[in-house]
Amino acid sequence: MSQYSEKVMDHFAHPRNVGEMENPDGVGKVGNPVCGDIMNLYLRVKDGVITDATFKTFGCGAAIATSSMVTELVKGKTVKDALAISNRAVAEALGGLPPIKMHCSVLAEEALKAAIDDYMARQGKKTE
Amino acid sequence: MNPIYMDYAATTPTDQRVVEAMMPYFGEIYGNPSSLHGFGQEARAAMEEARAKIAAFLGAKPAEIVFTSGGTESDNFAIKGVAWANRKKGDHVITSAIEHHAVLETCRFLEKEGFRVTYLPVDEDGLVDPADVVKAITDRTILISIMHANNEIGTIQPIAEIGRIAKEKGICFHTDAVQTFGHLPFTVDELNIDLLSASAHKLYGPKGMGLLYIRKGTRITPLVHGGDQESGRRASTQNVPGIVGFGKAVELAAATLQEEVVRLTSLRDRFIQGIFERIDGIRLNGHPARRLPNNINLSVESIEGEGMILSLDMMGIACSTGSACSSSSLEPSHVLLAIGLPHELSHGSLRFSLGMYTKEGDIDAVLEALPQVVGRLRAMSPLYAGKK
Repeated sequence: MSQYSEKVMDHFAHPRNVGEMENPDGVGKVGNPVCGDIMNLYLRVKDGVITDATFKTFGCGAAIATSSMVTELVKGKTVKDALAISNRAVAEALGGLPPIKMHCSVLAEEALKAAIDDYMARQGKKTE
Repeated sequence: MNPIYMDYAATTPTDQRVVEAMMPYFGEIYGNPSSLHGFGQEARAAMEEARAKIAAFLGAKPAEIVFTSGGTESDNFAIKGVAWANRKKGDHVITSAIEHHAVLETCRFLEKEGFRVTYLPVDEDGLVDPADVVKAITDRTILISIMHANNEIGTIQPIAEIGRIAKEKGICFHTDAVQTFGHLPFTVDELNIDLLSASAHKLYGPKGMGLLYIRKGTRITPLVHGGDQESGRRASTQNVPGIVGFGKAVELAAATLQEEVVRLTSLRDRFIQGIFERIDGIRLNGHPARRLPNNINLSVESIEGEGMILSLDMMGIACSTGSACSSSSLEPSHVLLAIGLPHELSHGSLRFSLGMYTKEGDIDAVLEALPQVVGRLRAMSPLYAGKK
């Protein structure tokens, strides 16, 4: 369908980093089945740097593509830099999203923030 | 793989024989059918021939057929026209929760004008209970509008019985027959119909062409003013090529109607049986037996419709979904919600609608492709993983 950019279709057809992670350092779960989008994002963090990210998503083509893209964007970034990734950055990396699908990129940003919050909380507990 | 079109309920390709029948009326025979000279009268003769053909097909009189721009206009005309013409008699309209938006939005418009509308619920198969119609009738009821068959889930309503109830009470009965006209055999008398909407492009005719059957004696106010075309019921110079094409499409449909019903029903049932054998966690939406011969509506657990549509489209298969994600409103289909489907299942709905060019091999190709698509998307879904 032509409403999506080539990049979106590529990430939908060949999503990167699909799957649940074993023993992740941070997990973000956002959305609900009623509204039609659920995104689970898993992070592996070593020395403050995100070394791996995976996802599982229930949602439309754009939701799957934004999930895939956000995992690609965060890999290799410090946690601090990853926190600065906005929904717009995800959408732009995908060559843009139709206006009605921008909420999918918001969901990706929220999943990332939730995963980092979870990581921080786990770190806090470790240092206690 | 050749592309496979399974969205005939959205629209059909215009039959080449229809296109050929229309062609002369764009060029050679260009007269205005309202003109008294030969040019006009030649166009009028073709138009009236189409009208007579269509009327005969419906068991109606030619004067009872008004040509319109499509099903949506016909629904608007029927509902507003009857409501306005009967305002002094009453102000109450009965319809169902699963009507096409052309009916529902028109009813909501009438509510803003001070009319009262009852939206009857449907059961889990999408059926309106005629007993509910009886209960909803008041002495202010002027119109009952219930669709013949639902465009999404294919459920065929007990129209004859509802029509009989309306007739006994002296209330006007309208049906949106856009999905059944030319696809199921019936006459307006058999089904006790006073007004019927139909559209040409659902039966291999041209787009932008519809009709409203109006039983003789029905009080109705025109929607379009500005001329005395269509016996003063719809102003505007008639779309002569469109009308001729509509007539040809009905003629062709009538010739093969009975065998197409049998052929499509068999293909539909092959599809349904095959898909239940190949995919777990699915549901057939709509009535299992009282359904359009060409309609298959499924809900697939744990995944979302748009993703399935995109994946199938990449494989050359075209179908549609009632998922919110595919609509501009981001609301799931009102029909799927009305049959009590939970939101998450309505998100995973797919509609396949078969037609004239659908072959057994197409069904088998989809039965091969869909399990792959579902498997791939479920592997990504946190909802499916949670089930294991």
